[in-house]
Amino acid sequence: MKRGPGGLYATPAIVWLTVFFIAPLFIIVLYSFLRPGLRGGVEWSLTFDAYRAIANPTFAKVTLNTIVVALGATLVTLLIALPCGYYMARSKNQTLLLLLVIIPFWTNFLIRIYAWIAILGNEGFLNDMLQALGLTNDSIRFLYNRWAVALVLVYTYLPYAILPLFSTIDKFDFSLLEAARDLGASKFGAIRRVLMPNIKGGVLTAFLFTFIPIFGAYAVPLLVGGTESYMLGNLIADELTKSRNWPLASAISLVITLVTTIGVMLLVRANGANVLGGGKEASEAKAEQSAPLLNASLVALPHSGGGAS
Amino acid sequence: MIGSDVVIENVSKSFGDFAALNDVSIGIKKGEFFSLLGPSGCGKTTLLRIIAGFEQPESGTVLLDGKDVLPLPPDGRKANTVFQNYALFPHLTVFENVAFSLRLKKQPEAAVRERVNEYLRLVELQTHGSKKPAQLSGGQKQRVAIARALINEPSVLLLDEPLSALDAKLRQHMLIELDAIHDKIGITFIYVTHDQQEALSVSDRIAVMNAGKVLQVGTPQEIYEAPATDFVAKFIGETNLYEGSILSVNGELVTIESAEFGSVQVTDTDPPPSGTRVSWTVRPEKIRIGPDKPSTSRNALNLIQGRVDEPIYSGFQTKFYVKTAGGATLKVIKQHADWSDEGPEIAWKDEVWLSFSAEDAFLVEVKG
Ligand SMILES: Nc1ncnc2c1ncn2[C@@H]1O[C@H](COP(=O)(O)OP(=O)(O)O)[C@@H](O)[C@H]1O
Ligand SMILES: [Mg+2]
Repeated sequence: MKRGPGGLYATPAIVWLTVFFIAPLFIIVLYSFLRPGLRGGVEWSLTFDAYRAIANPTFAKVTLNTIVVALGATLVTLLIALPCGYYMARSKNQTLLLLLVIIPFWTNFLIRIYAWIAILGNEGFLNDMLQALGLTNDSIRFLYNRWAVALVLVYTYLPYAILPLFSTIDKFDFSLLEAARDLGASKFGAIRRVLMPNIKGGVLTAFLFTFIPIFGAYAVPLLVGGTESYMLGNLIADELTKSRNWPLASAISLVITLVTTIGVMLLVRANGANVLGGGKEASEAKAEQSAPLLNASLVALPHSGGGAS
Repeated sequence: MIGSDVVIENVSKSFGDFAALNDVSIGIKKGEFFSLLGPSGCGKTTLLRIIAGFEQPESGTVLLDGKDVLPLPPDGRKANTVFQNYALFPHLTVFENVAFSLRLKKQPEAAVRERVNEYLRLVELQTHGSKKPAQLSGGQKQRVAIARALINEPSVLLLDEPLSALDAKLRQHMLIELDAIHDKIGITFIYVTHDQQEALSVSDRIAVMNAGKVLQVGTPQEIYEAPATDFVAKFIGETNLYEGSILSVNGELVTIESAEFGSVQVTDTDPPPSGTRVSWTVRPEKIRIGPDKPSTSRNALNLIQGRVDEPIYSGFQTKFYVKTAGGATLKVIKQHADWSDEGPEIAWKDEVWLSFSAEDAFLVEVKG
């Protein structure tokens, strides 16, 4: 990286990061070592109570559930997003398809969740349909379980996976697939041996863009989940608003942040690939390419800790 | 390795309304260095992709050693391709690129190592095995592409303008290397190019194509000296091309009446009857230019008087544009004189005599 006047241009970014990322993180770290106030807030005396409280079975159970749901939903999202991104990259109507992917963003996130409730609910569209067709007599309970949470999460984060995959696959030179076929690879073999290694960076980006927010999901499990689909985001929110134990909420957030950060770093190291760029760069570019990824994931992380979604 | 013969029969291919190949038939012999030559967009790549299996024609057949290969996928054909942009796998090293097809076949690692090194030696890249394609020069990339295709032991190697991305000097060098590799391994090469010089210098035979059709198939000599159509005559090298009508036919000797030259004698193996409108050609270097009327008793020599319009000096030769009495302009190329060449220099505005043998002038095409 260059030194010199570049530092000056970085000022807005540094200010932004300081105010909206480093300072809040500092406050969270600080709060996690304090005593809870009676009606929320903190009392200014040092303690490790919050961290002691984490070491209990409920926390472990919720964490496990969160990991299972997040990994499952992310995997399904990627499995759907890959063929979508591939098809879009090969299509002649790229602009139209891109628009279709982006259109859901025009509607508020919460309204889209309520739309799912309207579809899947006991008196919902799907049940009405099934009964009208005479397939069932009683309404089926689609909502308020882990599957409903996973379904709505996949729906919500699909565009976040499709977009980076599309942009990477779009840069992929498809004559490489023909070369692989020419050299004796089957259709599937060519995709596995040539396409996948060259779009590794895009897959990793798509994984992070879905996994990190899903790991911190809050609204979706709250609205369409049941007690068994309680996730870490809900736990944090409840500690904040119901139990009014801000230090505990802070401690949980920090643990999530730490775990995801370490996970992301291990993943990036293992892949050694550039993540936000395309797949065609020479190997020398690797070292520099991991920097933007790290920034992106760090910016994304408070999101997971804070349980905003 | 042993080459295959490739027979292309009545192949047609359209993209939408556009006919990229129109009833193409070519027979290619075992071990031949065969070129598909034609201007950009004439359908060369399309034909190559049909042979490789990346495109299906609407009609026609492609036979490798007598066997119809059209139902086979690309990985089921004993043909390998050197792509126009090389299509090296960027995530693999040179070694891994070349080893790709062997590893697909799950060959033991020791055997893979030995064979890859053998082919890297063939293309003189044995010390570059651990580099990534991005670290190679254009010429080196091209050699990796060749080694990667050859290691699969194809019986036909398809090369799509493999030299077009290289600079002129390297192109010459690689062309000679390619020819040497062909001689060494002896499989059939089908070589696509739009560069007539390339095609003429290495091919055993050439198919000249234009607008989705094959216009002529022949050896470089046949194509150059006896072009089958106006297009071929103009596309290959420089030439003089004129029209006229046949005055008389005497065996293979044809006398043509033309407005610009009076009567001209040319040859044709199967001439049409008198009165037919035709075009005829003579190459510039086949015309002799001199200040005096040549005194010779030779038969079937065409003698034409003219005046030098413009001499163009280009080092080893000079090209003259000579205006004849009839108003035509003939191109004449004269190699530069050595000590045995006597007589004055020919300069601008000189009156000159042109002469060429009927054996060097050909009927090209019958006009409707
Ligand atoms: N996939 C395709 N879709 C539409 N037109 C094509 C396609 N491939 C080739 N063509 C057209 O077919 C013609 C022949 O192409 P090509 O075989 O690549 O020519 P060449 O290799 O001789 O330059 C060109 O006019 C080209 O635009
Ligand atoms: Mg081409």
